[in-house]
Amino acid sequence: MKIHEFQAKEILANYNVPIQRGYIVSDANHIEHTISKVQSDFDSDAVVVKAQIHAGGRGKGGGVKFCSTSEKASEAANEILGMNLVTHQTGAKGKLVNQILITEALDIKKEFYFALMYDRAKNADVFIVSTEGGVDIEEVAEKSPEKIIKAWVKEDTYPLADAINSVINTLDLSSYDDAFEIFSNIYECYSKSDCNLLEINPLVLTEDNKIIALDAKVDIDSNALFRQEIIASYHDKSEEDPLELKASEYGLNYIKLDGNVGCMVNGAGLAMATMDIVKHHGGEPANFLDVGGAANVDTIKNGFKIILSDPNVKSILINIFGGIVRCDRVANGVIQAVKELNLNVGVVVRLQGTNAKLAKEILDKSDIDLVSAETIDDAAKKAVGMVL
Amino acid sequence: MSILLNKETKILVQGITGSEGLFHSIQMLDYGSNIICGVTPGKGGETVTDNNIPVFNSIAEAREKFEIDASAIFVPPRFAANAILEAIEEKIKLIVCISEGIPISDMKKVKNALDKSDSILIGPNCPGLITAEESKIGITPGFICKKGSIGILSRSGTLTYEAIDQIVNVGLGMTTAIGIGGDPIIGSSMIDILKHFAQDENTKGVVMIGEIGGNMENEAARWIKENFDKPVVSFIAGQTAPKGKRMGHAGAIISEGSETAEAKIEILKECGISVAKTVSEIGETMIKLVGE
Repeated sequence: MKIHEFQAKEILANYNVPIQRGYIVSDANHIEHTISKVQSDFDSDAVVVKAQIHAGGRGKGGGVKFCSTSEKASEAANEILGMNLVTHQTGAKGKLVNQILITEALDIKKEFYFALMYDRAKNADVFIVSTEGGVDIEEVAEKSPEKIIKAWVKEDTYPLADAINSVINTLDLSSYDDAFEIFSNIYECYSKSDCNLLEINPLVLTEDNKIIALDAKVDIDSNALFRQEIIASYHDKSEEDPLELKASEYGLNYIKLDGNVGCMVNGAGLAMATMDIVKHHGGEPANFLDVGGAANVDTIKNGFKIILSDPNVKSILINIFGGIVRCDRVANGVIQAVKELNLNVGVVVRLQGTNAKLAKEILDKSDIDLVSAETIDDAAKKAVGMVL
Repeated sequence: MSILLNKETKILVQGITGSEGLFHSIQMLDYGSNIICGVTPGKGGETVTDNNIPVFNSIAEAREKFEIDASAIFVPPRFAANAILEAIEEKIKLIVCISEGIPISDMKKVKNALDKSDSILIGPNCPGLITAEESKIGITPGFICKKGSIGILSRSGTLTYEAIDQIVNVGLGMTTAIGIGGDPIIGSSMIDILKHFAQDENTKGVVMIGEIGGNMENEAARWIKENFDKPVVSFIAGQTAPKGKRMGHAGAIISEGSETAEAKIEILKECGISVAKTVSEIGETMIKLVGE
């Protein structure tokens, strides 16, 4: 689960990690007051206005502005709050800015890149740091990979202290007494908050020699939210695709794509493979949809509702491997759902597994308009054929 | 023959009194799996199923009465890591965890304990394994399997079934099929399983199904090139998956270039492995390699 910058900074601050301080604003009427509060509370005439959306590249998109005076700050805040921010990560549609963070401005001596994540290959946590901070790290990785340094942490194998010392040496921070404590606090924050990713870009050294998190991006392990009550409350539904949100309420796993062949499949791997074969036959999948292992009338009906909420969809391919759930029951479920929902797009059904033959007979004999197929290949061709 | 599991394997089910655990225990028994007993804390002394399978409070209690080779775990995700740790502590040789949704930080602890033990963990977030016409641990539908000469390993559940079905339909049949799980941290990697298949005389070829996310397929491809001389057919799901989106499985997310389906397919091919172009060509591709 992604959270906003100001929320990530709150978590960091709870672990005594120094952050760039500020206040959040969601109502334009509070802009003036908040600016002066930031100025007086943090003794900073200049302030920074930062759009709070779950996407990177906010600065380049015009969603982060340094303002030397109250007037400029007010102008920037009014412009950014409510704007539709387009960055390389939001897609062309952009994202509506519902909240802005107004912060103190700091005099920066050096900017670093800092991240903590899990390295699957080494089964260890890994610090990733670079002296090239504040810029797109992917660019650094491409142009000068030698400037990105990794240090691993694993019980019994790679001690935390070694990793932190390596980070400190890489960033040339060994003369700063509090550096070790700050990095161990960040690691503690990462571990105890069930973070998949904790990225600070940039982490800065100020002119008055303080190490401060200027930005923060955190991705929390959704499977651990049951024990992270406060963080769970940070969930911002407005950041999610409304269809994906609705699907998750139905207990379905749905991701919207740009094509027009809707896909309904059981199992994540088979769902991806089905999208791929649609593409292979010249079509474009409209979505990823995993209805789960136990495909029944309700999950199929809800699946149809979600797929059909996407106006681009011109045909639907149902690909279910009936294992424990018998195909004849899935077939009856499909027929019932199609009847109840009054579909007006073509539906191709491929059921394989227990009682697959019986299921095909049931589909072929039914009085509703759908096409049955025996193999995925055949099914994909038919579903693509309907939209071409 | 087979790998890891046969009809003699003595199985304990953790979470046997839960609805999932009980349902699949009955399915497993129907298939011929040798379930000896179950464990549910607080339910010790009860019996379940028509076979009167005894239930114990802990694996330690169960071990006082029975010899156990393998454990099947059907436990809610927030308790599943502790269930695995208990099985490791009790030195169960083969541990199969079906549960989906275990927090990553819990699995880090499991992985560390596993590294120091002799136990083999399959999963979590997997369908388990099945040795055709002998035994199954997990949720794979048994009726689609037929004995034969092909080993199957996959990160995905329903793609495992799809591969089994195609391998049986082209007339080859299978030794053992293993779903290794869709999570970022799993007990056994592709290479771990390939090592078992390498030693099994009856396995003449292997189907290896991967997907986007992580670099396990790439490591397996390079390992196969150097160490594995049986024919391998691979398939990688997720060619149309967008970057940065989690595609159902917690581990199926592209975060760097080498984790895309294209990159994996290229590496597999470079290592001399046959890659099925689409999911429907897995069976045909294998028969071309090993003959009828």
